Amino acid sequence: MPKLKIENGHVIDPANGIDKKTDLWVEDGKVTAIGKHSGTADQIIDAAGKIVCPGLIDMHVHLREPGQEWKEDIESGSRAAVAGGITSMCCMPNTGPHIDHAGIARQIIERSDQVGLCNVHPIGAVTKNLNGKELTEMRELTRAGCVAFSDDGAPIWHAGVMRKALEYSASFGYMIIQHAEELALTKDGCINEGWISTQLGVTGMPVEGEDSMISRDIMLTRRADARYHVAHISSKGGVKMVRDAKAEGLHVTTEAAPHHFALTEEEVLGFNVDAKMSPPLRTEEDRLAVIEGLRDGTIEVIATDHAPHHEDDKRCGLSCAAFGIVGLETMLPVSLGLVRDHVLSMSDMIAKMTCNPAKLLNLDSGTLSVGAEADITIFDAGATWTLDREKLVSKGKNTPWHGKKMTGQVNHTIKAGRIVYQNGQIC
Amino acid sequence: MKSLKHLFGIADLDREQIEYLVNLGDSFIDINRRSLKKAPTLRGKTVINLFFENSTRTRTSFEIAGKRLSADVINISASTSATKKGESLLDTGQTLAAMQPHVLVIRHSISGTCEFLAEHLENTAIVNAGDGAHEHPTQILTDLLTLKQAWGTPEGKTITMVGDIAHSRVARSHLLAAKKLGYKMRIVAPRTLLPAEVERYGCEVYHDFDEALPGSDAVYMLRVQSERLTDSCAFPSIREYHEAYGLNSQRLKKAGDDCLVLHPGPMNRGVEIATDVADSVKSHILAQVEHGVAIRMAVLAALCGGDGGDDGKE
Repeated sequence: MPKLKIENGHVIDPANGIDKKTDLWVEDGKVTAIGKHSGTADQIIDAAGKIVCPGLIDMHVHLREPGQEWKEDIESGSRAAVAGGITSMCCMPNTGPHIDHAGIARQIIERSDQVGLCNVHPIGAVTKNLNGKELTEMRELTRAGCVAFSDDGAPIWHAGVMRKALEYSASFGYMIIQHAEELALTKDGCINEGWISTQLGVTGMPVEGEDSMISRDIMLTRRADARYHVAHISSKGGVKMVRDAKAEGLHVTTEAAPHHFALTEEEVLGFNVDAKMSPPLRTEEDRLAVIEGLRDGTIEVIATDHAPHHEDDKRCGLSCAAFGIVGLETMLPVSLGLVRDHVLSMSDMIAKMTCNPAKLLNLDSGTLSVGAEADITIFDAGATWTLDREKLVSKGKNTPWHGKKMTGQVNHTIKAGRIVYQNGQIC
Repeated sequence: MKSLKHLFGIADLDREQIEYLVNLGDSFIDINRRSLKKAPTLRGKTVINLFFENSTRTRTSFEIAGKRLSADVINISASTSATKKGESLLDTGQTLAAMQPHVLVIRHSISGTCEFLAEHLENTAIVNAGDGAHEHPTQILTDLLTLKQAWGTPEGKTITMVGDIAHSRVARSHLLAAKKLGYKMRIVAPRTLLPAEVERYGCEVYHDFDEALPGSDAVYMLRVQSERLTDSCAFPSIREYHEAYGLNSQRLKKAGDDCLVLHPGPMNRGVEIATDVADSVKSHILAQVEHGVAIRMAVLAALCGGDGGDDGKE
């Protein structure tokens, strides 16, 4: 493999405290050196004016394969990922069949290795068939490559099952990721409950649906001394509870999706189905609380909840349209808004998409340490472009940012030393 | 005045447009009372009534309105279950639009259906005959015509609306119209039947019906659907609902002598409204039904470019 030099970029590697203009050297798929030194390279990337950082990690993605390949598959999802600067992602188990046994986990990893663009780490199901009743073989799933457990999309409603899941997973150091939603409160809901749902005449999902589940789960986590991660946190109350749990010393962590810190429920006005997701876009107060959580470290991860759907699933009224939006290709530009608004330093923002999720999931990726796999993202933080849904690489075109100006553009994505994406082209 | 392309809801109309439609409806009342109930206004126009929800009065009202203005009217009742999925709704809409009607009148249980279909259909005017819990503009125009006949203008008056506000498109459309036309709305319901942050419409909210009645110029009773009992625990029994929120002649006395009674129908006698009120002189419920035809004639005429006086000129 040729020796690669990425020169004159602004290298930011939060895990190692590196934040300076320098060169990065890659050989045999590994990072071999950071710094100015003489030496010859077979290939040089001029990164002047660009940020050079570890390949991004998105720990919350729906890849739809196996089972719903018309929405997305591992190949199209991997292509979308690298177009968004993402070199590792975790896929949720609500596939068909579910990732509730080792064979499916292995099949997904094998398939992603064949595609060879982006690491795919499966999240195993907590319960068989996501039925909320019987635990999966978590040890076996872990051996097959699962990095955490979740019934995402099917919240673990039964408190007794959740308790056992937390206790069992805690016995082996595994993390449970909960889509925190009390379904008895959110039944038939399609957007946040409030003034917007009232005006549109649609059933709302009250914020208490999220908060009550997080509250219950934190109590169970305390008793079980477990590792509990709140998926896509969206509420002011939820952020506060996670902050308090952390202060208490519990192993409670969380992630925020770009849409929850960039948009509010106002986006749904006019029955915009591309602003419908679960948890829903909430109020400005909630949005600001999520931003504060990101700023003070309560929320350590940015993850997209990438949820591609076919247009048939969205082309109907708001209340019958599928939940979810695509996110892989907008994670970076939308998150850069946090840097422009002085919520986070560039390094802290990058940490939330690299070393922070890597640490939670015990991944080797997310750093530019010498000897590490050379997963690298190079982006121009100031470049502007207009998002055209038809040009998204993902099969899913369901985005609320269609036609919007984006600031921040990925120039190169490098996977294990190989350039897999370069200025608009997947290589 | 801004011309009308579609009629999705009161939200899209300004005061001038609302008053225009009400006045135009007023001018059509006479045709309906004549022995020869026909005007050539919409000759050569095709109106399709596409109803995904059961409806007798609204559909009949639109059908009669179209026919009395000489339009060709086609009624389609699609079962909601078969068309609940969006694509078949869109396919149905596109299929009918391909037959080149002038107007598609739609009722659907999903809020926003008309806006959604309009995005995908060209050259067809869409009239909302009730979408989910969102809007029901022709009902409100009908009510406004009834109030015009009774009061001249609703401005400055207080309408007290009682019942399942949460699931009512009539309530939402009225709350919007009240702001535009300057009348006050009081809404009365247990909290289980109120939508979130409803006070942001600028209305007064009551849980006690008797407290809301003094000073009311009209009492507007909404139909209570019994499925709210089983599905959502909104109230414990019909008996208790009637005791707390039912209107009878005794209770109506608290509102004063000139208070009108309205109901969009169909009524549940003995539930939200007692027979002694429904059939009393204070009840304008049948006037609402009559005015419904006139208003729908006005809406169809306005959308097809006729104002009722052009005798069918193109």
